[in-house]
Amino acid sequence: MSDSFAGRLPSPSRATPATSQQGSSANLADILERVLDKGVVIAGDIQINLLDIELLTIKLRLLIASVDKAKEMGIDWWEHDPSLSSRASRERPGSVRSANGAEALSSREESGSASLREENDRLRAELDRLRAESGAQPATATADEEGTR
Amino acid sequence: MSGLPQEAPTTVPGRAEGPEPSDRADTAPEAARLAPGATGAAARVTAAAPETTAAAPEMTYVYAVGRDPAALEELAARTPGVDGGPLRAVRDGELVALVSSVPAGSFDEGGLHAQLEDLARLEALARAHHAVVDAAFAAATVLPMRLATVYLDDSRAREVLVREAARLGRLLDLLDGQVELGLKVYADAAAARRPAAAPTAAGPGRAYLQRRRTEQRQSRDLYREAAQLAEEAARLADSLARARVVHRPQQGELAATRAENIANEAYLVPAGSAAAFRDRLTALAADTPGVFVEVTGPWAPYSFTDSPVPEATGGPR
Repeated sequence: MSDSFAGRLPSPSRATPATSQQGSSANLADILERVLDKGVVIAGDIQINLLDIELLTIKLRLLIASVDKAKEMGIDWWEHDPSLSSRASRERPGSVRSANGAEALSSREESGSASLREENDRLRAELDRLRAESGAQPATATADEEGTR
Repeated sequence: MSGLPQEAPTTVPGRAEGPEPSDRADTAPEAARLAPGATGAAARVTAAAPETTAAAPEMTYVYAVGRDPAALEELAARTPGVDGGPLRAVRDGELVALVSSVPAGSFDEGGLHAQLEDLARLEALARAHHAVVDAAFAAATVLPMRLATVYLDDSRAREVLVREAARLGRLLDLLDGQVELGLKVYADAAAARRPAAAPTAAGPGRAYLQRRRTEQRQSRDLYREAAQLAEEAARLADSLARARVVHRPQQGELAATRAENIANEAYLVPAGSAAAFRDRLTALAADTPGVFVEVTGPWAPYSFTDSPVPEATGGPR
């Protein structure tokens, strides 16, 4: 759990001293948020206030890099989360059942209600078809359904 | 700079092998010819000439500042810096900066920019920086510098020790005997999911909807529980700590774990209370499936170097 994407990045094999309390095993994200964001800031001769400006870029790249890595490993549930991917809402139908535990995580408010609406539509269509087969009369619902398709 | 004896061996390595002008004439005849008199300034020039041709120019990278010269100098002798470069201690008065030489080419503005944009390189830098800070922190009270604090040479770094002496000294007083502990609360939906009860609804459609509703309710419950636990953890941690800093939840963790980082904070804790802090905080989530607490550290007090912090709590001076 405390392991991070750090383990998947090329990391220096430099031995750290035995007295080190965090050692080389410390989570890269934990280290970066400290050495980049915190620590004593004193103007150096080399102006590194570009750090402040570049920080967002770096963080974005960190996220992207780790996402790419995860994709390679077949972990891609965020593809279905609209807040993380613009493709999510369109690719949703049909993927519902395959979601294994990742589903609940990605179903934040928006994606959750959107997918639920789609599922609702699909189920209603199925219901209408079943009713039609058994001789019931779902005239308007069927028309609505076909209109939205 | 040439008047500061302790840096001569490191910044002017040429001296060790050829203190006599006649010796140096073998390797750098032109330089020797230009400065045969060997006054202090001229000696500096002649010594610098072979250095620039033999090795790339270097700058001074500062890792941390402390006040315990014996401990920090001993540490410098056995600890590598960035890219394995040897550490040394730069002193002014009671303040000691741990530094190493880095190639000017890769640590000037453009070079640093390129390094920080390269994730693998950034990781190597960050880990090397942290390894030095961490080792120093184990040996003495130190203030960690932000990554890539670089000066043209040791004398420029020393000027900063002089200029910032009051502020650095006050921070060292405040942070003496304190450690930083990271506190993170996670929600893990997969771990929280209860086995689905057998659907009571008739028909596949209703059963499906029912299952979806159950999943959504569980997810909502999980996040509510996680948020409550995060608040509770913050209260408990506050009662054990002298100061608190809130970090952003770690999104970069997304790929490594399904768990979501709900809260990410740092606490300044007396070193003697660190174990109790860890035990009590991690125990907090024991009874809440899908929610857990991670305590990291002890860290050097990276997050508490802004200073407004502990004075309000009236620490021992």
